Amino acid sequence: MKPTIQELEKTASQIRRDIVRMVHACQSGHPGGSLGCTEYFTALYFSVMNHDPKFNMDAVGEDIFFLSNGHISPVFYSTLAHAGYFDKAELATFRKLNTRLQGHPTTHEHLPGVRIASGSLGQGLSVAIGAALTKKLNGDKSLVFTLHGDGELQEGQIWEAAMFAPHNKVDNLISTIDVNGQQIDGPTNLVLSLGDLHAKWEAFGWDVLEMKGNDMADVVKTLQLAKSRTGQGKPIMILMHTEMGYGVDFMVGSHKWHGVAPNDEQLQLALGQLEETLGDY
Amino acid sequence: MKKYTYTEKKDTRSGFGAGLLEAGRKNDQVVALCADLIGSLKMNDFIKEFPGRFVQVGIAEANMMGIAAGMTIGGKIPFTGTFANFSTGRVYDQIRQSIAYSNKNVKICASHAGLTLGEDGATHQILEDIGLMKMLPGMTVINTCDYNQTKAATLAIAEYEGPVYLRFGRPVVPIFTDPDQKFEIGKAWMVNEGADVSIFATGHLVWQAILAGEILAEEGIDAEIINIHTIKPLDAEAVLKSIAKTGCVVTAEEHNRLGGLGDSIAQVLATHNPTPQEYVAVNDSFGESGTPEQLMTKYGLDAEHIVLAAKKVMKRKQNAVISI
Repeated sequence: MKPTIQELEKTASQIRRDIVRMVHACQSGHPGGSLGCTEYFTALYFSVMNHDPKFNMDAVGEDIFFLSNGHISPVFYSTLAHAGYFDKAELATFRKLNTRLQGHPTTHEHLPGVRIASGSLGQGLSVAIGAALTKKLNGDKSLVFTLHGDGELQEGQIWEAAMFAPHNKVDNLISTIDVNGQQIDGPTNLVLSLGDLHAKWEAFGWDVLEMKGNDMADVVKTLQLAKSRTGQGKPIMILMHTEMGYGVDFMVGSHKWHGVAPNDEQLQLALGQLEETLGDY
Repeated sequence: MKKYTYTEKKDTRSGFGAGLLEAGRKNDQVVALCADLIGSLKMNDFIKEFPGRFVQVGIAEANMMGIAAGMTIGGKIPFTGTFANFSTGRVYDQIRQSIAYSNKNVKICASHAGLTLGEDGATHQILEDIGLMKMLPGMTVINTCDYNQTKAATLAIAEYEGPVYLRFGRPVVPIFTDPDQKFEIGKAWMVNEGADVSIFATGHLVWQAILAGEILAEEGIDAEIINIHTIKPLDAEAVLKSIAKTGCVVTAEEHNRLGGLGDSIAQVLATHNPTPQEYVAVNDSFGESGTPEQLMTKYGLDAEHIVLAAKKVMKRKQNAVISI
């Protein structure tokens, strides 16, 4: 039985609590993008993807997810923990010495659920294409998902990969861009304009969808639609419109919370806005 | 002294091409990727036999490294092919994060390394790649000396689990190693035993070291010549065993003297048994256009310079009898 939208929203609320608590506990990390992408992660891991939290690196017969914008590791880690990849209690070790929950995700500490290191931006799409090619070679019908930041599109390697995937009909790939319009130094349109992303990806030969990334029903529906459009000769790109910091009113919509942790008072304010639904770690 | 001769010259990259084909026949998980240099990398035979296991990436080396890393997930053994310059410096961060740090079973196969790329000049003649790659934790670094050794190394790395940098070159050079050799990663090859000076050589400089050994022998100097094909992990035991006998060292490589084989050996010596050492290497400069032979002579990477270095380092031995 797939969870209902309401159940997914409850999970998302708990993940958001985890995110602010994790970055508060180590006084570092990236809450803004994590909060903005919580619906996406929740939908992916609790409704859309076929995956096994027992975790096998080779993921034979399973869908794979790659996080390319690795700095939003808090939402990734919390999602993996709630999905059963490792104990929720381990979230308390985030970014602390000897942790498997490194600042940016890595395979190096053998954290279940992570299949590639990310953090240095622009690399995840290529990796995902490689995994998708191997699935095709192995006759494995499952899918590969990726998430990228919109600021990350300023990296040139993204566009190498963007050219490659349609040419090679990598149609078992569903990529998503978190279009929140923010990056470290300010709004993307002031730092380096991304232009018409829909037209750009279409021009590169992708099947482009758009979704409201902070609307759980729309996220689930669009990801399912994307799945139904795989296997038709084109890779799929979803432009996911989100608000950075969504769910915490004083963090919403500003690049200022990209990589800043809340203080004690701000933590309490944030937690007051996020219902504890599944129990804090 | 063992005498080495040859009847044929071939390029080491052709050894790679032959090894790749054989590795592909032995293991259907072997796949190859290339960034628009199929002919230069001698991948044609592999592609002809296994078209479905070849990925043409186009002129996009960063993407190639990422795709190779991703292809390992699900069990493939990807061999990437492009020039050494584009296999390392151009894509260092991709290799660092997606391959080395992520510990992916990718074989980075790099042709046209060093000065012997020739006429194309310094933009393409990387002399820093060994240093770049050996600094990455977990990366195995191999530089082969002839066709047979390159073929054997290609087969060996296909069976080894973990990221590897395999470096070879463009020009035809003598084939002097055994066609049926078993290539052991991390194990130095004793080319010739000697007592007066240890010459550690890698890549195209191995043949030059053999020629130097013959010249030295005529002058009564008994040189020990050891081929270090695997720069990382370095066969420190072989190095220390040799210098215990000879008490002085010449290192020879087609690479910048900073960061190459010579530095790796110097580190072993400094921490275990400080020993006089001379470098035959490029002296912290870029290359230039010219024929491979002209360049190797101009930059001092030939038998003659190895002989000079051997004589010089022997004089620096403690209690050396200055009679050379």
